[in-house]
Amino acid sequence: MDERKIVLQVKDLQTTFFTDSGEIPAVDHIDFHLKEGEILGIVGESGCGKSVTSLSIMGLVPKPPGKVVGGEILFEDKDLLAMNEKQMRRIRGNDIAMIFQEPMTSLNPLFSIGNQMTEAVRIHEKGWSKKKAEGKAVEMLKLVGLPRAKEMMRDYPHQLSGGMRQRVMIAMALVCDPKVLIADEPTTALDVTIQAQILKLMRELNTRLNTAVLLITHDLGVVAETCERVIVMYAGQIIEEASVKMIFEDPQHPYTKGLIQSVPDMRYKKERLYSIPGSVPKPGSIQQGCRFAARCEFAFDRCLTEDPELYETSAVHQTRCFLYDREGVEQHDNKALIES
Amino acid sequence: MTTKPLLKVEGLKKYFPIKKGILGRTVGYVKAVDDVSFYVNEGETLGIVGESGCGKSTTGRMLMRLLEPTEGKVEFDGKDLTSLSTEEMRKTRRDIQMVFQDPYASLNPRHTIEKILEEPLIVHGLDNSKERKKKVREFLEIVGLSAYHAKRYPHQFSGGQRQRIGIARALMTNPKLIIADEPVSALDVSIQSQVLNLMQDLQKEFNLTYIFIAHDLGVVRHISDRVGVMYLGKMVEMADSEQLYLKALHPYTQALLSAVPVPDPDFKKEQILLEGDIPNPANPPSGCTFHTRCPHKMEICTKVTPRLTEHDSGHSVACHLYSEQVDNDIKQLEGSI
Ligand SMILES: Nc1ncnc2c1ncn2[C@@H]1O[C@H](COP(=O)(O)OP(=O)(O)OP(=O)(O)O)[C@@H](O)[C@H]1O
Ligand SMILES: Nc1ncnc2c1ncn2[C@@H]1O[C@H](COP(=O)(O)OP(=O)(O)OP(=O)(O)O)[C@@H](O)[C@H]1O
Ligand code: SF4
Ligand SMILES: [Mg+2]
Ligand SMILES: [Mg+2]
Repeated sequence: MDERKIVLQVKDLQTTFFTDSGEIPAVDHIDFHLKEGEILGIVGESGCGKSVTSLSIMGLVPKPPGKVVGGEILFEDKDLLAMNEKQMRRIRGNDIAMIFQEPMTSLNPLFSIGNQMTEAVRIHEKGWSKKKAEGKAVEMLKLVGLPRAKEMMRDYPHQLSGGMRQRVMIAMALVCDPKVLIADEPTTALDVTIQAQILKLMRELNTRLNTAVLLITHDLGVVAETCERVIVMYAGQIIEEASVKMIFEDPQHPYTKGLIQSVPDMRYKKERLYSIPGSVPKPGSIQQGCRFAARCEFAFDRCLTEDPELYETSAVHQTRCFLYDREGVEQHDNKALIES
Repeated sequence: MTTKPLLKVEGLKKYFPIKKGILGRTVGYVKAVDDVSFYVNEGETLGIVGESGCGKSTTGRMLMRLLEPTEGKVEFDGKDLTSLSTEEMRKTRRDIQMVFQDPYASLNPRHTIEKILEEPLIVHGLDNSKERKKKVREFLEIVGLSAYHAKRYPHQFSGGQRQRIGIARALMTNPKLIIADEPVSALDVSIQSQVLNLMQDLQKEFNLTYIFIAHDLGVVRHISDRVGVMYLGKMVEMADSEQLYLKALHPYTQALLSAVPVPDPDFKKEQILLEGDIPNPANPPSGCTFHTRCPHKMEICTKVTPRLTEHDSGHSVACHLYSEQVDNDIKQLEGSI
């Protein structure tokens, strides 16, 4: 069994946006945990609630219109949701760090890289001299593989390429030696050759520093290459959770199955791609039954009226689909269909 | 499938002037597209891949003369497009249509779908009003939407549906060639495959020729018969898609292919990690523009620009590792190929 300690535990989290056109349950009763030194992936298509999940953990949900309306987020047994802004700021500066998709929006264009890096060091190490902090900043820039770290301290964000900016962001996030790093689509805006460099860097840092990483992406390839375990989200819910090996070897939820089959694989030419009919729903647009029922080729009467739970199908696998409910539909015809 | 080239491009260049100061003096050029040649056969799909800024869109736009080439020849259906008058070019556009990445930005938000789809017919003076309206409904059905969608506005559709509308618009004038610039890049994975399937079906039904521009190598492999790889304004390799993926010759193509994450955790691949970033196209490296990142760089690469030459039948590459002039000894020294 896996003996590693759980560093972050999310319990029954609900985050809702209260808009003029109604309530949007962007994160709809979510449960998961992250163990120390682990890389956990969250995948899902646009709008399924990946970013809102990470913002909820960081205490950065824009309010209004958003609000965490229920649940618990435990970091080493302390409930982050019960903390005030000052306490949260301390958590963000010391324990949990986050990097975003577009590094340009999180770097200040008016200050040099050195200025921003040194500032980040001194928030963490109060009482350090400027010189000492600068030394640490340069060391961190080197750690993330930036070759001319010392000279780069004088550069401004716009003088760097996208890949370099993302490295600076990672360096800045790691300054405080966080226990948890949340990376929200850290490579989506980058070219593939640069993405490969950044993913390798993240894997190396994870091994070397034993930082737990929550990696958010919509790219199943990135998950396969980087993560140990993965959560698949759909319309605000977790619909499947498994080890990475199992999600690709034995995807269970009809959505996960469909998603994996829709991706063109560079290694073989498929005559025709599989495609899931219909489109991705917004959270809250489906009130009753399985959120995927309207697009699901295996749906049966129960799917339209009841909400499926996450059914445990093995020690490392959970699926939110009635076809995996041991009590009840084990014998349903569609069960045989999905297994074939 | 016939093998007659529908489009032939020779020595295509686009240099954008870099202006400085209040007088707008030209201080240099961005060589966005620098001496690119290729052809596309009737009924086939040519994929063009490459990373951000390598000149894919600029190439696509020049083919339609939405951008004037700095130099070069574009021969379409036997006509040299670069020598046509504006009026003649306008007429020819009926046969060449474009599909864009962002369907939302390219659809006028204040017009109904009917008006948007009718427009190309009006521009080209085709059909009367009644016929046009009938055709709009017909094409909506062809791309998997419904006739009743004609009265709606773009914001009432999802991203995937908007891309279907963009495709319907491109089809209205019954074109021969469609240039699709990142048509599925903005779409979710599950929607991407719907649109790719649609494009393949339409190609068969209307005998369309496609130029499919994208940065996703998986998508390009799936849809293309042949693929061209661009780097910093140049075409560095061109081959049958099967051939390119099985046996890439150019070190850049090899690195690019190895960098694509494969959705299979058991697949162990050899990763060729490139050092450094893509150079600034305003100040490209001398010789082979890839030499600053190339793991096989030789002396000659920093000095002489390699030309795109045929290595195997139908497989061309621009790299000194494959050029005759280079001493075989050097090749052996550099090994690994
Ligand atoms: N500021 C906001 N106001 C209203 N609704 C919002 C806001 N931010 C997010 N939402 C809603 O929350 C849902 C989840 O959004 P979220 O940003 O978490 O998606 P995501 O999974 O990160 O998608 P993407 O892949 O596009 O980044 C969306 O459907 C969106 O409509
Ligand atoms: N109107 C313009 N003026 C000046 N430079 C331009 C102009 N349009 C494009 N460029 C430059 O030409 C080069 C090629 O751009 P292009 O848009 O063709 O690239 P691309 O391959 O389509 O990239 P992407 O994948 O990001 O769409 C880039 O360096 C770009 O900055
Ligand atoms: S619960 Fe029903 S509708 Fe939902 S995925 Fe399973 S079979 Fe399909
Ligand atoms: Mg997001
Ligand atoms: Mg482009």
